[in-house]
Amino acid sequence: MPDPLLPEPLLTVRGLTIDIPVGGGTLHAVRGIDFDVNRGETLCIVGESGSGKSLTSLALMGLLGGRIDRRAARMEFDGIDLTGANKRTMRALRGDRMSMIFQEPMTSLNPAYSIGDQLTEALLLHRDISRDAARARAVELLEKVGITAAASRLGQYPHQLSGGLRQRVMIAMALMCEPELIIADEPTTALDVTIQAQILRLLVELGREMNMAMILITHDLGVVARVADKVAVMYAGELVETGSADEVFNAPMHPYTRGLLRCIPQPGKTERGARLGTIPGIVPSLVGKVSGCPFRTRCDQVVDACRQDVPHRHPGAGEHAFRCVHENGLRAGGEVVT
Amino acid sequence: MTATSKAETPVLELRGVTKTYSVKQGLFGTAKPLTAVNDVSLSLGRGQVLGLVGESGCGKSTLAKILLGLEAPTQGEVRVDGERIDAADRRKLARRIQPIFQDPYSSLNPRKSIEDIVSLPLLVHDVGDSASRSKAVREILDIVGLPARVMQTYPSQMSGGQRQRVAIARALIMKPEIVICDEPTSALDVSVQSQILNLLGDLRAEFGLTYLFISHDLAVVEHLATRVAVMYLGRIVEETQVADLFDTPRHPYTQALLKSVLTPDPGQGVPDTELGMEYPNPIAPPPGCHFHPRCPVAMDKCRTDRPYPVATPDGHVECHLFGGEQTQPTKSA
Amino acid sequence: MSDMTTDPLLAQITGPTPGQLLRRRIFGHQGLLIGAVVLALLVLVALFAPVLAPHDPYAQNLLERMQPPVFLGGTWNHPLGTDHLGRDYLSRLIYGARVSLLIGTIAALISGLIGTAMGVAAGYFGGRVDAVVTFLINVRLAMPVVLVALAVVAIMGGSLQVVIVVLGLLLWDRFAVVMRSSTLQVRGREYVAAARAVGCSTPRILLSEIMPNIVNNLIVVVTLEMAHAILLEAALSFLGLGVQPPTPSWGLMVSEGKNMMLFEPWMVLIPGAVLFVLVLAINLMGDGLRDVTAPENRS
Repeated sequence: MPDPLLPEPLLTVRGLTIDIPVGGGTLHAVRGIDFDVNRGETLCIVGESGSGKSLTSLALMGLLGGRIDRRAARMEFDGIDLTGANKRTMRALRGDRMSMIFQEPMTSLNPAYSIGDQLTEALLLHRDISRDAARARAVELLEKVGITAAASRLGQYPHQLSGGLRQRVMIAMALMCEPELIIADEPTTALDVTIQAQILRLLVELGREMNMAMILITHDLGVVARVADKVAVMYAGELVETGSADEVFNAPMHPYTRGLLRCIPQPGKTERGARLGTIPGIVPSLVGKVSGCPFRTRCDQVVDACRQDVPHRHPGAGEHAFRCVHENGLRAGGEVVT
Repeated sequence: MTATSKAETPVLELRGVTKTYSVKQGLFGTAKPLTAVNDVSLSLGRGQVLGLVGESGCGKSTLAKILLGLEAPTQGEVRVDGERIDAADRRKLARRIQPIFQDPYSSLNPRKSIEDIVSLPLLVHDVGDSASRSKAVREILDIVGLPARVMQTYPSQMSGGQRQRVAIARALIMKPEIVICDEPTSALDVSVQSQILNLLGDLRAEFGLTYLFISHDLAVVEHLATRVAVMYLGRIVEETQVADLFDTPRHPYTQALLKSVLTPDPGQGVPDTELGMEYPNPIAPPPGCHFHPRCPVAMDKCRTDRPYPVATPDGHVECHLFGGEQTQPTKSA
Repeated sequence: MSDMTTDPLLAQITGPTPGQLLRRRIFGHQGLLIGAVVLALLVLVALFAPVLAPHDPYAQNLLERMQPPVFLGGTWNHPLGTDHLGRDYLSRLIYGARVSLLIGTIAALISGLIGTAMGVAAGYFGGRVDAVVTFLINVRLAMPVVLVALAVVAIMGGSLQVVIVVLGLLLWDRFAVVMRSSTLQVRGREYVAAARAVGCSTPRILLSEIMPNIVNNLIVVVTLEMAHAILLEAALSFLGLGVQPPTPSWGLMVSEGKNMMLFEPWMVLIPGAVLFVLVLAINLMGDGLRDVTAPENRS
């Protein structure tokens, strides 16, 4: 429950559930997740493939396909109810107050239209503004995202740009209407590390400058640690641990979070050439009835109680929370392996 | 030049390898040369892991293709155990160098069973009869951590990690000396990635394998490699022992690459790599040092004169900051 | 069961094999099943024509000319009536299925061989081979099939063999185009590079790595071109330049019936209808095959 002294969060999600009909049953892809995003805040949703993190972002934008069933106890963007929002309301929000950046800029930019046309499209749609003013705004934003000779780029087509430039154009496009919330799904995964650092830096700086909230979906723990204010670790359709970046990375509680951090080589911490930690097994099937802790099939702390409902735990005074039958994420007598 | 401190012959040696493509721009454009790999010399001792890093388009994949015999170098030669390998002799090369590719979804033929996929090298090289091949497949699958039961299954029935294990089994069944790993874990989930990295490390120790490990993930390279080569626009601009490179990076490009590594340390923010934006067009590389337009410490000389390799205690660096005058032309030593 | 839990890696290999998946999809596709059943029936009719036909299709009986079919007041002796020479219409229809299917199959086979060889070579080798093949495809596409077929048949004289060969040599363009692009797609896959790195010879790569992954597209084109060839044969025969009388061909039957069309429309409608049913069945099957094999291509 939100603290009455704090301002209402920009985005509130309670009990978001996504069911996908598949041959022979229902895939319970996302099951009752809760989170808030405040203005100007960056939430990173981190998870592996099949965790439901991308579906969550599409659900927020109202971009799930028609066959997919999305339910939520509460889903509000700045007081606007998104659960019952009709197409018109969503269209008015999308691209204006909330916008999205996709992983693959080549497939999300339309090859048949010039950069200038695509940049100004949303602005001309949502605002009463002249074409010239829209183009001026496009040039301004292209410069802001670090594109040189911005005016001359407006006439270019996506295939004439490199991957890094295309992603910058995507960002500029997402910023055209000065959205209050940006949802970025793996925005730098397809890019080189050097370009990745630049793009992320740009996103963080622009977010701060424009007091924009951001939901960043990624599998890269390094990106999360450097960018996030808040972290939500997602596994098999559930948020298993949430908290500030500091809490989740420096005091991880859930066995999955701890396992993930052991899996990646950490320069300066992991000994070169030593064996890395592993999480054995695979993500369970989410078709049919799903009960208990979804991580129990791979967990090194598993006990019989993991088949039952798993309680939410709040270890500290802050927002840090995780779901585990064990009070500190460890089986009695178990110890933290690092 | 690469310093080979050991007296033994390197298991893999490249001398002045160059690959030039002819690229046509547009429908009626004239063909222009694109030098994907530019006069690369490297040598690698047995059991070493050479990490090859660089941005996309720097030529690292072309170099891998040359080593696999999938492309012939325009100039220069590749030696395995001191013996010159002609790219035309692919069958001979195949017994000694095998690849593991990035995408386990594209590297296994979806129409073939796992047994057929893994036994293909034996079949092609006429090794044993069908019973002994089947036995060899079972053994190698066991080594990579897959039960014999998977032999009759198809790639579509497996997860990414399992597929990558199959690809490793296929690469190892001929007992090659060198394995070219081209981004072997970048398509995998974090938890699966560490399993495959551990497996690669174990296999190296067990079979004395030598790896060329191409990756964009510098943390992974630092973890697995014994030596590291940094590639930029077809040139190896720095090559040295792993500890030396990560502890005291010399080339400004290496420094920028290391800066761009995002370690999972909260609160540190995203670093400024101080690199310019654009990877230059390889068809029209900048004059002088190819890196100078993005280099934060570029000098006048960098804009006109190309640098030459300078020996460092464990390897070499190619940058005017460390000398690199044209004192000794490097044309095939 | 027990080692499923001890071996987490194995636990997940439970999905169907590609073969099982294909079977499941085929039996879940109505259009494909209908097309296949109708086509199978027509093939059986063609094979057992001598058993099924009530009369000799060539036997003339000028006393019983132009008898109407049984549903228009005819007798059961000639269920579908007789033609202008008193030949039993049903028998000619049954034997006509042989001509149509023979021409469709063999023409598609010949053009399939030519087109596949050209397309796969162009897609795999690229460069000059591709340039030559692309040029040949363009030349072929610039030729109007019907006019060229008419001209050749007019010179060589119409016969079953000539029609088959002419159609076989003319209908390879779609095979070449489709096989070229499918090969291009598959050639870039890493398993092809892996096979090359293993030391596989080019023929082996083409046969065991490329072909199995493009054969589904090939089957689809085969069905389409079969239907195409059957229609072209009918058209040529109708124009008098295809199969020559007295061979029973559906196209020829339509042609012979056209003079009576205003008085005895069934003489045109009956062969026209079976031709329509055959072509529809083949196309249903082709479309169905494309549907059931496409999802695998995507994954």
